[in-house]
Amino acid sequence: MTPLLAIGPDPLELERLAAALDASAGSNAGADGAVVTFLGLVRNHNVGRRVRYLEYEAYAPLALKAFERIGAEIHERWPDVRLALHHRVGRLEIGEASVAIAARSPHRANAYAACRYAIERVKQIAPIWKREFFDGGDMWIEGARADPDDQRARAEAERIACA
Amino acid sequence: MRVTVRLFARLRDITGASELARDLAPGATIGTVWRQLAGEFPALADYERSISSAVNADYARMDHVLRDGDEVAFLPPVSGG
Repeated sequence: MTPLLAIGPDPLELERLAAALDASAGSNAGADGAVVTFLGLVRNHNVGRRVRYLEYEAYAPLALKAFERIGAEIHERWPDVRLALHHRVGRLEIGEASVAIAARSPHRANAYAACRYAIERVKQIAPIWKREFFDGGDMWIEGARADPDDQRARAEAERIACA
Repeated sequence: MRVTVRLFARLRDITGASELARDLAPGATIGTVWRQLAGEFPALADYERSISSAVNADYARMDHVLRDGDEVAFLPPVSGG
């Protein structure tokens, strides 16, 4: 059975996340009225560079714990939302999905907010790195310093999610 | 005591290794390991303020005291998604 949280080299499919959420709904399944999904894709351009492909690397056991933490934060903020989150590693071609998220809830507002919150938090605290291969070279992309206890970052993700 | 050090992304490129073993005196912290590595690989100094660290696949602070057999990880700024 597909786990709710996963990181690995296999191609991502939103259907599998939706099915995992469905399977784990138990006796509450009929109470949900919305599933919001997000798929992050590898695009062919970045700050003026023509991107050829990306390579993703992760510290997998800690990434899974970061996903669990994001799920717990969502449970705290939006108790009626349930989350599925899969991230891919390895070489990804243009147009392929690097991250897939599904948030399911009785009402769409919380599902939308939690889905957005999840991707913002992945970018802040998941130990995952992308190396960009572009016309003329390659480089590691470095974003946020990962600090799961940084409450300002968490508040910023929540602000974006609820905007 | 002996610990395993895991290095990711550009830190791995700088050191040329994804995994290193290091012998440490009792009482050594994550910071002790970082300073030792920064001595060996001066290019790591750029990351002094931007790395995160973990012990046995849990985020941990630089003053965390290590034990024999621990796995220490140094993480440059992340870029998932």
